[in-house]
Amino acid sequence: FRKNVEDFTGPRERSDLGFVTFDITADILNGKNARLFKYNMVFFLTLIHLQSIFDWNVKQLFLYLSAEYSTKNNALNQVVLWDKIMLRGDNPRLSLKDMKSKYFFFDDGNGLKGNRNITLTLSWNVVPNAGILPLVTGSGHVSVPFPDTYETTKSY
Amino acid sequence: MDLFGDLRRMNKRQLYYQVLNFAMIVSSALMIWKGLIVVTGSESPIVVVLSGSMEPAFHRGDLLFLTNFHNDPIRAGEIVVFKVEGRDIPIVHRVIKVHEKGNGNIKFLTKGDNNEVDDRGLYKEGQNWLEKKDVVGRARGFLPYVGMVTIIMNDYPKFKYALLAVMGAYVLLKRES
Repeated sequence: FRKNVEDFTGPRERSDLGFVTFDITADILNGKNARLFKYNMVFFLTLIHLQSIFDWNVKQLFLYLSAEYSTKNNALNQVVLWDKIMLRGDNPRLSLKDMKSKYFFFDDGNGLKGNRNITLTLSWNVVPNAGILPLVTGSGHVSVPFPDTYETTKSY
Repeated sequence: MDLFGDLRRMNKRQLYYQVLNFAMIVSSALMIWKGLIVVTGSESPIVVVLSGSMEPAFHRGDLLFLTNFHNDPIRAGEIVVFKVEGRDIPIVHRVIKVHEKGNGNIKFLTKGDNNEVDDRGLYKEGQNWLEKKDVVGRARGFLPYVGMVTIIMNDYPKFKYALLAVMGAYVLLKRES
């Protein structure tokens, strides 16, 4: 659901604020494929892997869930909703249910209302012990449609 | 007496030779640095991480290699090095929000991985977003610990002078075989 409030994290104009809850089930052990399933506004994210990401030169992975969409104001918008640092040696299987987004999903303007096509993708930054810093996007994504009206009474 | 004069003259010539050698080394180093600036498109292609705001990925003293190609779009999740208008210190943080218009105009927000809040507190008074012009470069590669030398030289200037004195003495006194 969505509200239109003052973006209290910074600019004072009224912008659309979106709320998304999601589940993340991830098995980041082998390979680079991500599949997102949608079920009643609750998203399952399953990573199926082919070979190990955590080799001797990988210090950590910085995972983040980002929402990408287009609005009248801006041709491209990307907002990071959630992130997590996974160190080598951490449990590579993530199973997070009913997560609220970590960061406020403010749009720059009023572009979330009635926006049918918000794409959520999971990506990660590989941080080596020394060397190149690649950014990898999991394959598979989910589209979230936002409703046409604002919520006035529901509290977060 | 004549012999002594000869010796003194020879030493002077050797001295000039050593100085020229030294100047050549310095010029070559500068040329390599300028070359890097051209190739990467960044005014500062190698930076040292100064704070712990990106831990545990980067620690104080790590070295980062940057590129700043004009056509590279700025996307959420990327690690950028930027300077706040009016301040000289480069800051290394991650992009968490991007709003790009059709004409290529981009504004974005950054946050350090190890910080609780985004960087709005670091920006200029009243500034809410960063723009492409604030970017020094994008972090492409990294080496741990190597940048510590720069930090030590900044924090302990006596060390810097001592190092320069040793280097100078070495170059001037070294005999080429």
